[in-house]
Amino acid sequence: MEQKPLTIYENMQLRGYSRRDFLKFASWLAAFIGIEASGVGNIVRAMENKPRLPVVWFHFQECTCCSESFIRSSHPIVSDIILDKISLDYTETLQAAAGKQAEEALNETMKKYRGEYLMLVEGSIPTDDDGIYCCIGGRSALDIVKEAASGAKAIVAWGSCASNGCIQSSKPNPTGATPIHKIISGVPIINVPGCPPIGEVMAGTIVHLLAFDRIPQLDGLGRPKAFYSRRVHDTCYRRPNYDAGLFVESFDDENAKRGYCLYKMGCRGPVTYNSCGVIKWNNGVSYPIQSGHGCIGCSEANFWDNGPFYQHLASFPGFGIETTADTIGVVVGAATVAGIAAHAVSTNIKKCKMINQAINDTNSSTEKEEVKK
Amino acid sequence: MEKAISKKVYVWQMPVRLYHWVNALVVVTLAVTGYLIGKPPALTSGSEASFGYWFGTVRFVHFVAAFVFFFNFLFRIYWGFVGNKHADWKNFIPYKKEQWKEIFQVLKIDILQVSNVKLKSVGHNSMAGFTYFLTFLAFLFQSITGFGMYSAMSDAFLPNLFSWIVPLMGGDFAVRQWHHVMMWFFVIFAIIHVYLVFYHDYVEGRGTISSMAGGWKFIEKE
Ligand code: HEM
Ligand code: SF4
Repeated sequence: MEQKPLTIYENMQLRGYSRRDFLKFASWLAAFIGIEASGVGNIVRAMENKPRLPVVWFHFQECTCCSESFIRSSHPIVSDIILDKISLDYTETLQAAAGKQAEEALNETMKKYRGEYLMLVEGSIPTDDDGIYCCIGGRSALDIVKEAASGAKAIVAWGSCASNGCIQSSKPNPTGATPIHKIISGVPIINVPGCPPIGEVMAGTIVHLLAFDRIPQLDGLGRPKAFYSRRVHDTCYRRPNYDAGLFVESFDDENAKRGYCLYKMGCRGPVTYNSCGVIKWNNGVSYPIQSGHGCIGCSEANFWDNGPFYQHLASFPGFGIETTADTIGVVVGAATVAGIAAHAVSTNIKKCKMINQAINDTNSSTEKEEVKK
Repeated sequence: MEKAISKKVYVWQMPVRLYHWVNALVVVTLAVTGYLIGKPPALTSGSEASFGYWFGTVRFVHFVAAFVFFFNFLFRIYWGFVGNKHADWKNFIPYKKEQWKEIFQVLKIDILQVSNVKLKSVGHNSMAGFTYFLTFLAFLFQSITGFGMYSAMSDAFLPNLFSWIVPLMGGDFAVRQWHHVMMWFFVIFAIIHVYLVFYHDYVEGRGTISSMAGGWKFIEKE
């Protein structure tokens, strides 16, 4: 029996949400996606008219913190409607179906909506040893991703795992963990990095896709510009302390109490692109820097390898944990000065000899001349 | 000891000298301010943010010096095509056999400290020229990584020409780290460079030091 799929609005009505709730939701979304007030109408119209977009959500090498973050996204309608009711045809962690039934649901969606469904991926893909380090239903993650991607309209890589490899791909990366964009080509991929990404950022990205049927504007690393175009540092409320050169020197000092900048405690805000300073976490309650801890740069590639977290610069591989470029620089500089000193001394010894010899030569030649006379 | 009678040669044209000293000034400024940016001292404590801006000023000086540095560098490249033969870009790349021969001669003078050979080149010797070529590569690297970082805080055209370096190096952190590491190249370079200038002046007696001020060197008459 084929029936016309319900729109988002119709689904919301079925769940008992009022028109007022719906409109509030639409403007909340518009604010997050970063479109102006006049664009709210577009979102409303889209949700009233567009049938549901089928969505499959995969979990591979991950910890499910992305899903956790998503279902805590501050607006209940997001998890309630988008995730639970409307769109999700397959997701290992939340669906009721299991085993064979679950796999069937996935296959059916992939067949029926080929080229139309949205593919969300949480987790990286192990590629070493034929991908045996992550298998679901007897198939490797690599296989599953390739098959699903071939019929997907677009892929959203959730979190740092799927968009840059996160901890699984940190050195020495024993399973060959690889982010999606290095495996799949030919399908638009949206990277939503973070460990986890902010729930509202995830919701905003999804809703943009659902409502506009278009890929949001992306930056050079495939991240939605609306959320990743500014550094945490650029929106940090401690920034005036940074500019004034007021820094926390240790976590238990007076400066920490005063709320000075955490730059010298290794804060990665200046090199991290994310919306933490604006949207914050847990319904806007706080974010790491507000809680007194520097940003660890969890939405940046290789952030695990750029450690230690409490140092401004990374340690140098092969030189011990505490050695930064400066330590090495000072040692090389000192060695250079020592070398130069030695060189200068020996130059002078040589030069003295030469001068003496030259003087002797002239002396002896004048002597000779005198003798001749 | 041969008795040399000197001949005066005009080696460094005014623009080259100007370039050199502007470059020296801004590179020192960049290294000092850069180091401070990487490791700010705990200067003012117990104060309120609204009373101070010294770190912002250090960064501002770094950026101003960076722009001067960059355009000065571009100017020198241009002068490598229109300047006199001592300024020519070909001096910097050892593509001729003679140049390699001279590189070994210079190594002999510098390391074995035998100075009985008289170098053929009057401007940069081939070894120095090649070292400066490597330095130009370091200039390029600092400019690309520096403007790459700068592009995050600017919509201006120039910095954004270099924003591609950030994804290429895997993120701002790596760019910053390598930009910082490269500072040490300049520190070490400066130490060796200044020493060798004195050394060559000392053993060759050609007026290497003063040549960058007045432009003239003194070479031996055949
Ligand atoms: C001789 C050349 C240069 C040297 C030695 C130098 C050195 C440094 C150092 C050591 C840092 C601190 C890195 C850290 O640990 O955080 C730095 C930061 C920086 N440099 Fe340079 N730099 C040079 C040229 C440039 C140029 C040409 C630019 C172009 C705009 C530039 C832009 C920057 C920027 C944007 C930062 C980051 C500052 C911040 O965000 O606070 N630098 N530089
Ligand atoms: S705490 Fe971190 S993000 Fe905030 S101003 Fe300081 S360095 Fe920048």
